[in-house]
Amino acid sequence: MLVCITSKGPTPENPVEERFGRSPYFLFKDTEGGDWSSVANKFADAAGGVGPRAAQTVIDKGAHVLITGNIGGNALPVIQAAGIEIYQYRDSGTAGEAFQKYVEGQLKKFS
Amino acid sequence: MRLVIASGKGGTGKTLVAANLAASLAAEREIVLADCDVEEPNLHLFFPSEEETLPVMTDVPEFDNSRCTKCGKCGEFCQYGAIVVLKDRIMFFPEMCHGCGGCEIVCPEGAISLKKRPIGHVAFSAPRERIILVTGVMNEREVMSPHVIRETLAYTAGHPLIICDAPPGTACPLVETLEGADACVFVTEPTPFGLHDLKLAAGVAEVLGIPSGVVINRSMGDDEIIREFCQSRNLPVLMVIPFDREIAVAANSGDLVIEKIQGMKTRFIELFEKVRALPGVE
Repeated sequence: MLVCITSKGPTPENPVEERFGRSPYFLFKDTEGGDWSSVANKFADAAGGVGPRAAQTVIDKGAHVLITGNIGGNALPVIQAAGIEIYQYRDSGTAGEAFQKYVEGQLKKFS
Repeated sequence: MRLVIASGKGGTGKTLVAANLAASLAAEREIVLADCDVEEPNLHLFFPSEEETLPVMTDVPEFDNSRCTKCGKCGEFCQYGAIVVLKDRIMFFPEMCHGCGGCEIVCPEGAISLKKRPIGHVAFSAPRERIILVTGVMNEREVMSPHVIRETLAYTAGHPLIICDAPPGTACPLVETLEGADACVFVTEPTPFGLHDLKLAAGVAEVLGIPSGVVINRSMGDDEIIREFCQSRNLPVLMVIPFDREIAVAANSGDLVIEKIQGMKTRFIELFEKVRALPGVE
C-alpha cells in the first residue's frame, strides 16, 4: 500500500502539513518497505485551483492512502473518486510518526 | 468620457457618489451608469426600475468519452486546476475554469469541444430621463468577475458619458474596470483603513496612467491623514462630503441625497467640472 503524507518538508523528519492542497511537499512510503520519496508541490502558493491539482499529483503517483490534516471541497471528491482512502492526522508530529501511527491502525479514517 | 468611481476599501461611498453624480448631471445630458461591482451590484437600489437582461457566457470544455484516452494532457495544461484526469474518468470543475480553451488545443485525440455556460448577466434599465443603467451581475460561486465586467462595459462602448461604479479592492476586477478609462475618482474616508486602501488603489490608477482625484466622504473636519497623502502624490481633493446624519438617512433609505439636501446637486456638478479639469483629461 503506497501511503502519501502531506508534509512541511521533503523528508519524514519534517512535521505533517495540516492543509492538503497547499502542502509544500507530498511524501510517499510503501507499507511493504522501501525508501521514502517526495514530490514538491509547485502549486502550494498558487492563487487558486490548488486542491484538484494536488489531488492529481497524489493520483499520478499511484497512492492508495492519503494522510493529511484537512482536505478541501474540490479535492475531496477527486481523491474519493480515485478510490484513495483518507486518514486524518491533526497532531504536531512528523510525517514519519504519522506513518507509524497509520501502520499501527491508530489513525481515524476521514469520511 | 468614461469616468470610474473607485475606492480600494469597501463601504466608503462609491455608489453614493456614482448615483448622485449621475442624477445631477442627467438634468442636462445623457448618462450611462455602469455598475461594475458585479459580485454585489447595488446601484440599482437607488434606481429601481424594470430591467431587461442578457446572459454572460463563458466557454467550458465538453469531453467526448469515446475518444478520450485519459492521457492527462488537458489536466496538465489547465492552470486553474479545473480538470483532473483519473484512470477511468475525467473530473471537471466548471466554476474553476477560466474559459481559455487551451485544453481543446492540447488534446491529441480531438476529444474536447467547447460549449457555452452562463456565469452571469447584464441588466439594462432606463430608471429616469437621460439615465441608462447597465448592471453587471455575476452568479454565485463564479470567479471570473473580469469577464463579466468586460461584457458589461462592452455594452456601454461609444457613449459620450459613462460613469462606472467600480468594485472595491485593487486586483483584477478594479484593473478591468479602470483599463481604458479617461478619469478616476477615488472615494475614501478619513480613517487609517480608508487611507491604507486608497494608497493601494491610487497606485493601480498610476500604473495604468489614469488621471485621478479624491472625494473624502464622512469627513468630520479633520482629514489630515488623507490630505497629506493626496498632496504627496499630487492627487487633488475634489470634494468633501461631511459625516452627516441626514446624508446617511437618505442613502440608507435608497434616496438620492441631491433630492433631500439642498445644495448637494450643485456640489456634484462642481465635482464633475473638477474631474474634467484634471490634467490629462480630454
